[in-house]
Amino acid sequence: MSAPAQATAADAPIPASRVKLRTENVGMSFQREGKTLPVLENIDLEVRDGEFVCLLGPSGCGKSTLLNAMAGFLKPTSGDIRVDGEIVRGPDPRRIFVFQERGVFPWLTVEGNIGFGLSRLSRSERVQRVHHYIQMVGLEGFEKSYPHELSGGMKQRVEVARALAVNPDVMFLDEPFGALDSITRMIMRGELLRIWQAERKTILFVTHDIDEAVQLADRVVVMSARPGRIQEIVSIDISHPRDISSPRYLQMRDGILGQIGLAHRL
Amino acid sequence: MRSFAWLRPPVFILALLGAWQLAVSLHPHQLLPGPWKTAQGIADLVPHGLIVKYTVASVFRVTWGFFLAVLVAVPLGLAIGWYRRAEMALNPILQILRPISPLAWIPIAILWFGVGDLAAVFLIFVGCFLPLLLTVINAVQSVPAVYIHAGRNFGLGPAALMRRILYPAIVPRLMTGLRITLGIAWLVVVAAEMIAVNSGLGFLIVDARNAGNRYDLVVAGMVIIGVVGLLLDNGIRSLERANALRWGFEEKH
Repeated sequence: MSAPAQATAADAPIPASRVKLRTENVGMSFQREGKTLPVLENIDLEVRDGEFVCLLGPSGCGKSTLLNAMAGFLKPTSGDIRVDGEIVRGPDPRRIFVFQERGVFPWLTVEGNIGFGLSRLSRSERVQRVHHYIQMVGLEGFEKSYPHELSGGMKQRVEVARALAVNPDVMFLDEPFGALDSITRMIMRGELLRIWQAERKTILFVTHDIDEAVQLADRVVVMSARPGRIQEIVSIDISHPRDISSPRYLQMRDGILGQIGLAHRL
Repeated sequence: MRSFAWLRPPVFILALLGAWQLAVSLHPHQLLPGPWKTAQGIADLVPHGLIVKYTVASVFRVTWGFFLAVLVAVPLGLAIGWYRRAEMALNPILQILRPISPLAWIPIAILWFGVGDLAAVFLIFVGCFLPLLLTVINAVQSVPAVYIHAGRNFGLGPAALMRRILYPAIVPRLMTGLRITLGIAWLVVVAAEMIAVNSGLGFLIVDARNAGNRYDLVVAGMVIIGVVGLLLDNGIRSLERANALRWGFEEKH
């Protein structure tokens, strides 16, 4: 069964000017014990400026590897990755990678972390920018706290704020809420959507959680495993805020479940 | 019962001192002094100002040797740990130098620097440098990759990466290394002073024996060395507890 929504506007060619990130026939393989292990094959993907795209797949499907390659931490074995038409040759402050909350620097306070990428600004500008993003992620009162004094969700907010503070065009999020409890995870999804709607960054979001993908994304890129390939790209044409018990939502989710080959009953 | 737990160490020390005094009084012809004579020996050192003069001399040498080693070993270790090829090239040499006791350098220290402070400082430097360097190299290599990735993502070059990511990330392990190394420095200074200089607590011990078998002063010197060593260790430990460094010690669950 394939979701009927696929044949809508999102499948039409995107005007070149609006393409933010493009992967052209990207392949990736690792050498292990003399053998070549293919991880990604034929990844062709176009992401529009300001779009929220989820990469969804089972663990080991290479979605995280793809995200790392897009961010410039890994070099593709074949093919090119382009941002604004330029080939990606390494990490860049215009494209910030948000790790799980592990990426927060434990030796800096909340303020210090959020201001980390702002050392070129004047002191007053920096203070102002840090303050703005502390408010945006709701961490007022914790400016001087160290990460070990914060909960997992708060640390994740610090990392998102640290990324936003340098005003990047693109944000890569690698299972950012994976380590949080399910209630905090729901709250964080809502906050991420709110921030995305306010700032209109291009977001690439890796997850293995189908619900998370359908709740957040404009388009869900469903990947298959070993080697990782794009199996299907599903447009989620439901406007925010999304009703997660509406028939349309459930239809979308079930469509993706079917894509992955999972039955609806456990 | 539990509220008297703090009493245990002093009671135990008193019991040991009592046993020591008893053993000495049972063998009155032994040269080894008892705790009472040792205390008198320490008191003997006070009027001439020797106790202060010798302690200051030893601490002075340790301070110089130790800080010079820190000053060289930390930046060098950061660089070697970061550049894998440098580490691979240098590792065999480091592994050969490592098992050589700092005391084996005494003849060379005297050859280069003569009898005096410089030789002692050099020996302490040698004793501290390698353990510190290896600590820093190991610590850098175990910095989680996510911190390095994040640093590069924010556009840091190698120098800024070392200053803003690698150095702060290794501070907890560096503090442990500093503590161990300062202990080594304190061990080395006593040995160095027995041979290479004419002052300090190590010199006091050798001099007291050579100049008339004053074993009360020998043991007095040993006691002072122990107490100063303890104070130095406490000093570094209080640094570990400083607010900005606390994260590394509290986050391990």
